[in-house]
Amino acid sequence: MEPERVERGTKASRTFTVVAAPALAALVALPWWGDAGWMRLIAEMAYYLALAQLWNLLAGYAGLVSVGQQAYVGLGGYALFYLTGAQNMNVYLALAIAGPFAGLIAIPVSFAVFRLRGAYFAVGTWVMSEVFALSASLIAVLGAGSGLSLTPAILRQISPDRGSRDAILYLMSLAISVVVCAIVYLLLRSRHGLALTAIRDSEPASASLGVNTFRTKFIIYVATAACTGLIGALIFLQKLRISPEAGFSINDWTVVVIFMVVIGGIGTIEGPFIGMLVYITLRELLADYGTIYLILMGMIAIAVMLKAPSGIWGWVVQRYDLQLFPVGRRLVLAPPTPPQTSER
Amino acid sequence: MSLLATNNLSAFYGDFQALFDINVSVAQGETVAIIGANGAGKTTFLRAVAGALSTKPEMVMFDGRPIGHLTPHEVVRLGIAMVPEGRRLFPSLSVEENLLLGGHSERKGPWNLKRVYELFPRLRELRHLPAPALSGGQQQMAAIGRALMANPRLLLCDELSLGLAPVVIRDIYQCLGAVTAEGITVVLVEQDINRALDASVRFYCFQEGRLALSAPTKNFDRSAITAAYFGL
Amino acid sequence: MEWLNILIQGSLLGGIYALFAIGLSMSFGIMRLVNIAHGDFIVLSAYVALVVTQGTGLDPISSLIIVVPVMFVVGYAIQRGLLNHTLSGGLLPPLLVTFGISVIIQNGLLAGFGAYTQRLHEGAIETASVQIFGGISIGVYPLVVFAVAVFAIASLQLLFYRTGLGRAFRAVSDDADTAELMGIDNRKLYALALGIAMIFTAIAGVLFAIRTIFDPAAGPIRLILAFEAVIIGGLGNMWGTLIGGVVLGVAQAVGAALSPTWQILAGHIAFLVILIVRPSGLFPRTRD
Repeated sequence: MEPERVERGTKASRTFTVVAAPALAALVALPWWGDAGWMRLIAEMAYYLALAQLWNLLAGYAGLVSVGQQAYVGLGGYALFYLTGAQNMNVYLALAIAGPFAGLIAIPVSFAVFRLRGAYFAVGTWVMSEVFALSASLIAVLGAGSGLSLTPAILRQISPDRGSRDAILYLMSLAISVVVCAIVYLLLRSRHGLALTAIRDSEPASASLGVNTFRTKFIIYVATAACTGLIGALIFLQKLRISPEAGFSINDWTVVVIFMVVIGGIGTIEGPFIGMLVYITLRELLADYGTIYLILMGMIAIAVMLKAPSGIWGWVVQRYDLQLFPVGRRLVLAPPTPPQTSER
Repeated sequence: MSLLATNNLSAFYGDFQALFDINVSVAQGETVAIIGANGAGKTTFLRAVAGALSTKPEMVMFDGRPIGHLTPHEVVRLGIAMVPEGRRLFPSLSVEENLLLGGHSERKGPWNLKRVYELFPRLRELRHLPAPALSGGQQQMAAIGRALMANPRLLLCDELSLGLAPVVIRDIYQCLGAVTAEGITVVLVEQDINRALDASVRFYCFQEGRLALSAPTKNFDRSAITAAYFGL
Repeated sequence: MEWLNILIQGSLLGGIYALFAIGLSMSFGIMRLVNIAHGDFIVLSAYVALVVTQGTGLDPISSLIIVVPVMFVVGYAIQRGLLNHTLSGGLLPPLLVTFGISVIIQNGLLAGFGAYTQRLHEGAIETASVQIFGGISIGVYPLVVFAVAVFAIASLQLLFYRTGLGRAFRAVSDDADTAELMGIDNRKLYALALGIAMIFTAIAGVLFAIRTIFDPAAGPIRLILAFEAVIIGGLGNMWGTLIGGVVLGVAQAVGAALSPTWQILAGHIAFLVILIVRPSGLFPRTRD
């Protein structure tokens, strides 16, 4: 008799893996067949995707709806610029430090903001970001209000010529995006992911089952901050300049990210992909009309929240029961044993 | 014609079905009891009648009108008031404010603040205290008074005896008797079977969301009730 | 005397912060809704006043005659049409919908008015001052604003504790489910609540825009200031919010005395200190 077993994959996910692998290979090879404009766009999509996956992990799974993640983007960026500039550190070493630095700052921040719940937590995280932005604008060694720039010498540490530098920066964006998606996916597949889903569904219930809700949320918050910091450092490495307004811009790093996750489908891994594609498409299509695409995204996000709160992907899952990144477990029951011949 | 009639009333909490084809009818002026174990669906039934749970319109008929789809406040305006399980007085409001709130729908009728205080004199003394300061029995009286302020034709009482001492329960039911003497129709949900049957002319017994037994209460054999109550 | 001056100026500053906070406090108290677009509604009111003053020649304070009803209708419509549908979905829908509204308002104002800074002009009262004891002079305008804040809170307390409508608001705030069973039309009540909140938001918007320059992006900081006043004062207590505003104002005044660029940051720091040391605020009243 076949025993019951727990299945992790789905048919769709297996198909998806087969399709995705060559696509990913093509993207990796882009520096050889594409131009700088394409690399810049794909790099932007890559780090937006990473930011979206991280925000989704925080809000959609851990239930920590933060409107202040831009704090860590700015902290990571400023760490990179300060270390490579005033401290003359090698750019790769500075990059390696930027992430953990942001994570470290997240620790005392969490002591303050974890005292708040729900929407108050959200505004609290926003206040923290404002504190960092204001502080950066007051500190002379960080360039005060006008910020800092990367010198050509720093850029040459990556590569002496422009072409290979663009390629390296592009590949780093791609790499961080893949790594973040992989980490999020593996985390959610593990028992920690199960704990997270339980916390999201009911904190008291999961606490009563022995899940250490505070410690789980704390670890997720700090880890997300560290990853966001690293992404921030990479973003500003490519932008070459940082200022308090740009580094801690809620519009650039949070509004857009939240819209992506909400429209794509909060609480799913596939959602941020879709949301990111929707955003980039809208932005490129409406580029000539000013900020109207933001108004449009706002309206779409509101409509999604009212009519289809699980987003585009959530709707797909409900209609077609599709999962490309399966994180659940399905119990496959043993087939019923055929009846024995009649006893009478 | 009955004042309240349910037709194959089925109710769901999401995917979970709590009531299966319940048929209950209550004539004007009657006091009818609904008994059953915990989880039998008694409170669900009251909530469906009161509009807190949405059902198909014809599943709940009041005075010949389908009301299953109406919101609770619309149902109150038609003349149905609820004394909720656990009293549910508003903690930020004083006793008198709770009573006045019951009159929010401004239905015309014999009940007003003065008459409620005549029925429950103790409440007049306590009227400026915050509701949580009252004892369980006093809160129950206030909850009944609050419902009466809506001048209902049909009063839904959910577990009046919950958490109260026997002598207090006796007083409450005496007051209820005074109220029904005026002709108001009452549907009474109770876990205390004897109280329920003493106060009503007919009863329905629910068991796991289904109607297990319905009969007049006069001279009814209690052992048959036990069987229906526990689904034996 | 320097410190007394800072104390007085800071306290008066608390008046406008308390006015900012009233609308936020109301919508949280009654609907359990934190309106992320709250600051943007304050700024929107200022722009409405701008249009009215430019169109009719009225001075800003007189323009309130038009601005207040307009904002009341806006609040009523948004609650009835949009926000009422988010209340049963948990934490995310109201937060994200108001977030969306915030973005739409900011970018809509940007598209309509451009990024230029604006100001409303009321005339002589803006700079008038009176001398009080000890050689300290205080501005007439901040005094007026503080008085308006006190008056606003007092009238709201009257509404909540002396009227049938206020009774209904408090009941719904306690137990929305049972309130409906008692005959209260929750949806209409919530819409009315946001409408009334918008009245005070409109007043706050016009009063602040007379003294401070504003632009389409000025909303978020107003939300944060309102939020800080509410948290410092303690949830569920309107007079506490006034005190919260005063504490915030004084902290900012102290910061500004050290260096003008430190003003806002000093307020944030005071907020964080209170949050860490006394998370439920100075005078909390609410059961959340």
